[in-house]
Amino acid sequence: MLGDGIIKGLAETARNFFGSYVDKERLTTVQYPEERLPQIEGTRDFPFLVYDGDDWEKGLRCVSCHICEKECPPKCIFIEKSKDKKPDAVGKLQFYPVRFDIDVSVCMSCQICVEVCPFDAIKMDVEFELSSDDRFGGLLHHKDKLAKSNEYYHKIHPTEAAAVDAALAEEREKEKEKQKQAALAAAAAAAAKAAAAPASAPAAHVPVPAPGTNTDTSAKEETK
Amino acid sequence: MPEMIDQIFVLLKQWIMGYVPSGLQPLCSAILSVLPILVVFPLLFAITTVLERKGLGRMQNRYGPNRAGPWGILQPAADGIKSLTKEDIVPRSADHLVHLLAPILIVIASFLVYSVVPVGRNMVVVDLNAGVLFFFAIGSMVELAVFMAGWSSRSKYSLLGAMRAIAQMISYEMPMVLSGVVAIMAAGSLSTVTIVNMQAGYTGIWPHWYLFTPWGITGYILFMIAATAESNRCPFDMPEGESEIIAGYFIEYSGFKFALFFVAEYLGMMASSAMAITLFLGGWAAPFSFLTWIPSWFWFFAKLILMLMVFIWIRGTLPRLRMDQLMNFGWKFMLPLSLINIVSAGLWHYLPSGFTRWSVISLLLLLSCFLLSRNLRRNKWFQERTYRFAS
Repeated sequence: MLGDGIIKGLAETARNFFGSYVDKERLTTVQYPEERLPQIEGTRDFPFLVYDGDDWEKGLRCVSCHICEKECPPKCIFIEKSKDKKPDAVGKLQFYPVRFDIDVSVCMSCQICVEVCPFDAIKMDVEFELSSDDRFGGLLHHKDKLAKSNEYYHKIHPTEAAAVDAALAEEREKEKEKQKQAALAAAAAAAAKAAAAPASAPAAHVPVPAPGTNTDTSAKEETK
Repeated sequence: MPEMIDQIFVLLKQWIMGYVPSGLQPLCSAILSVLPILVVFPLLFAITTVLERKGLGRMQNRYGPNRAGPWGILQPAADGIKSLTKEDIVPRSADHLVHLLAPILIVIASFLVYSVVPVGRNMVVVDLNAGVLFFFAIGSMVELAVFMAGWSSRSKYSLLGAMRAIAQMISYEMPMVLSGVVAIMAAGSLSTVTIVNMQAGYTGIWPHWYLFTPWGITGYILFMIAATAESNRCPFDMPEGESEIIAGYFIEYSGFKFALFFVAEYLGMMASSAMAITLFLGGWAAPFSFLTWIPSWFWFFAKLILMLMVFIWIRGTLPRLRMDQLMNFGWKFMLPLSLINIVSAGLWHYLPSGFTRWSVISLLLLLSCFLLSRNLRRNKWFQERTYRFAS
């Protein structure tokens, strides 16, 4: 019979129409600004800089090594290295970025910067509402906007952050051990020197470094 | 009291006319008759667009527009402001005059047809004694405007759209007029007011609508299918076919000219529905004799909105036809069936009333519908497609 398929189709749309008022399951639309889907842990879009502690300027893990800047395929990262040095996350004296800019309008979210960073300083964020009414300045993110705490990193990517923290702790432990060794070695050398030239000079002018502190000599040795 | 509410708009006009000096009376009377049409039907258009978008959304299991105003009811206002503030672009090589005239003509044609539609008892702009003829004649002006738009834009897409539109509209104009003829035959008049008055009686509680006869329901369905094709709506929206020729004949229009085409499409749809109501659904007549205390204009607009909902429902259900399917359906099914329908309406008039008349005419129409549809189905000369280079 002509038209039976049309009637079947009309019945189906009518069922959908009335069903959508009765059955909330049918309406799969998530009304975005008010409703959001929960983010899965693998979500990642733009990079950010991790810092430890409370002060973002002091705690930045970035040592301004320029690796990410060089590896970035669309060249959206700009880093200016500092002249002086500050102790980094592990405790070594390092350079730090005076400027660290990422142009999110250029960034293609490839995560290569994260993969190449040897200091676990740059990680992927989940923040995606970055629209701005300023076409140029608003999309160029400076260091202050990029810096986010380690706690935040734990919140967005817990497993990954835990692994990073474990690795960092291990490294810090090693660093301490090394410093202890270095200090012991320095002490032994000083003792030997003192033994070789007894009484001629007072030992007071060769300071014995306390274990665990950063002295100029040990730090220089490490950075070489 | 129900009488007064029924005639309230007519009385209001007479009351205003009492204050107008006699020299200005013809002009003032015309303005007072035309103005409500220019206000009510665009308003109905605005309501229809938002209802359509929400209804289609629900049919596709999503919310419709719900941002502008509570439940999105201010959406038409937002759309209107948007289209008014948009830039009006005219292609450099377009025929500027014709390009400008096409949307104006299509809107004028769409509004003119309402002048013969009785929207209530004593509520019609002009009671032409060839009203139905006037309706179809002015309705064909839309085709001219469509072709003007397609031709003057000087774009291949718009020309293709216009060619499709002309082919489709002329093919379906014929079954539309022929299926309307049965109501004219039964009423013995071309005047829309007379046709409605003929249907306004009751037997018991049942009305004398032409819909409740075998030829009436056939004519009504044929008329509605043809009206869908005339107003370029789904499933006959090939002239616009977004996925094939983007927007068809009005592709080169932007801003408010585009909105005018949009308005005209909906006004055309409403005009076709209004004519179907006038011819088959008893115009402003109440569906049951005990409901006649409700004003006549209420019934007209209730029926109109019901028809628009059917249009929306159809649009949400059916996919677009192919050109050959459309032509086959128009010429090989609709046209013969509407001719048979005219014959059966004539037979109905001469057969003695009763059960035999009903059964004979129903059988005749059902049989011809069955045979014609079988004929449609058998004509499958397309072979299964083979692709040489795809495994």
